[in-house]
Amino acid sequence: MAIIQVLVSGIALGCVYALIALGFVLIYKATETVNFAQGELMMLGAMLCVILMRVMGLPFWMAAMASVVAMAGVGALTERVMIRPVLGQPQFAIIMLTIGFGYLARGAVTMIPDIGTDTTAIEAPWRGEIWEVGGIVLGAEQGYIILATALLCGALFLLFRYTLLGIAMQASSQNQIAAYYVGIPVKRLNTLVWALSALVATVAGLLIAPITFVHANMGFIGLKAFPAAIVGGFGSLPGAVIGGLVIGLVEALAGFYLPEGFKDIAPYVVVLIMLAVRPTGLFGESLGKKV
Amino acid sequence: MRYRQKTDYLQDIRLLGKPGQAPWYVALGLLLLAAPFVLDNYWLSQLNFVLIYAIAGVGLMLLAGFTGLLSLGHAAFLGVGAYTQAVLVDMGVPFPLSMLAAAVLSALVGAVVGLPALRVKGIYLAIATLAFGLIVEEVFARWESVTGGNGGLLVPSPQLFGVSLGATNRFYWLALITCILVTLLVVNLLRTPTGRAFVAIRDSEISAQSMGINLALYKTASFALSAAIVGVAGALYAHQLRYLSPEQFGILQSIDLLMLVVVGGLGAVQGAFIGAAFLIAAPQLISLLRDYLPGVIGQAPGLQSVVFGLVVILVVMFEPQGLYGRWVRIRTYFELFPIYRKGLMRRQRAFQKSERLH
Repeated sequence: MAIIQVLVSGIALGCVYALIALGFVLIYKATETVNFAQGELMMLGAMLCVILMRVMGLPFWMAAMASVVAMAGVGALTERVMIRPVLGQPQFAIIMLTIGFGYLARGAVTMIPDIGTDTTAIEAPWRGEIWEVGGIVLGAEQGYIILATALLCGALFLLFRYTLLGIAMQASSQNQIAAYYVGIPVKRLNTLVWALSALVATVAGLLIAPITFVHANMGFIGLKAFPAAIVGGFGSLPGAVIGGLVIGLVEALAGFYLPEGFKDIAPYVVVLIMLAVRPTGLFGESLGKKV
Repeated sequence: MRYRQKTDYLQDIRLLGKPGQAPWYVALGLLLLAAPFVLDNYWLSQLNFVLIYAIAGVGLMLLAGFTGLLSLGHAAFLGVGAYTQAVLVDMGVPFPLSMLAAAVLSALVGAVVGLPALRVKGIYLAIATLAFGLIVEEVFARWESVTGGNGGLLVPSPQLFGVSLGATNRFYWLALITCILVTLLVVNLLRTPTGRAFVAIRDSEISAQSMGINLALYKTASFALSAAIVGVAGALYAHQLRYLSPEQFGILQSIDLLMLVVVGGLGAVQGAFIGAAFLIAAPQLISLLRDYLPGVIGQAPGLQSVVFGLVVILVVMFEPQGLYGRWVRIRTYFELFPIYRKGLMRRQRAFQKSERLH
């Protein structure tokens, strides 16, 4: 029974990684850049929710909605102000930009009096509840993470599969210039993708907040989402989810079976093996290159 | 761009870029020689840190600036160097030997890390090195019998021919001489076919390969060499800090090194020095500034992080060549005074090359 418990908590953890990795993959697919500040976007979203609840006294759901919407705006603004002017420069430039943004976000949050340097808990309505399904105990925090991940993935699937917007996004992700020529507003789509990715990050932040609490450095959990994205294949949305689950399970199992310390590095060992064996990931596309 | 008339092949590989620079380097040398007699211990130790970071920066510059490979885990090599040095000196190994060992061990580790670089590039390589850095940090924390774990490790002072070099003013000479030697090594290396192969790989892997450059060999060599230099910096760093703990070699240190290289100016050895000076001087300037800012902003602990983040963002957006690039522009302006145009040195914008096709 213990092992099933471990597996379930691994899946819940994996779902968080999957949500953050979804944000990476959305951006990578559309613009072929990687946002190293994805974890910080998550932190900003959770922090905003805390502030809205504490300072303005909003109830949880309203604060959550407001912070999701506001963070989508932040994501769009980031793309518009920071990323678009450097498009066309080497990828290195964008990596450094997002790293700089991460620094900025962490510093700015600790500048907020009282809340910024605190470790706060979000009083989510489901906090502390326990679900029992067939003898397996599941914290409501974990249950909601799994549910929300499934819902969000479903929504993204529908978006990409059935809406004009999603299809346009797919087109621009395959070839930006060609998409531009057939009249797809590629630049506006990129802004939208960043907004979407910040939105997903905020949802992840709100879901994980009852477990890890909210603090300025919670964004570092975003580093664990890189292995998830790599294992799944950096350009694949289902890959991000599978990769997240794999990493979550590996971490949970390593924590259970291996000596202390292996839990934290297991995801990175997995990523190194993955890069050595199959750099494109489980679902990565591999295309030939013509000189 | 500015054109320089060359009448001789040797002009291409001169140590100093052009005549007229020598007096400036002599002046710089005199300033550095005078430093320990003028500065007090505190400022001298800051200068030591600048020299050490400059060595590490030159090492990373070789990899990131000249070979075009991005590493987010270079603090690991700094750590390997530092711990090797600390452990060996503690065992009574003479200083020069332990430093050599630090360099060799870092180089070996670097070569191993360089292996994934043969298969992956760009963002994948960044993540591979990130993963490596995080693993090494964890190893430092867990391998308590050697590294002392999270409890930390005390480092004895360096001894050379029976003379203790622990005092700040003596250690300064050690750092300065090492720094000059490393810089000369790298600058000279860049003049050789090996150095030119690195630059060719940075500019275009495909054309480098078609020129007969063995990509696997040179990429691994670049990783190993860069790691060795950072390892030497780590050995000095251990003595300068006198106390090692794993979190000094974590992801934030790696990012600091990267920041050093980017802010200083990618693709110029001088950039590493400017970046190192920035990295050490900026916190001091910020703490001076705190008194003049309104209380809420001035006393906030996050101020330094905000300023660093902003500086990186602004540099990447408006000065991709870093502070050294800005200096070159100013110099060129005065050299060409009446005919300098705006945008003379602007880089051409290219469409982003897809990395999915590989």
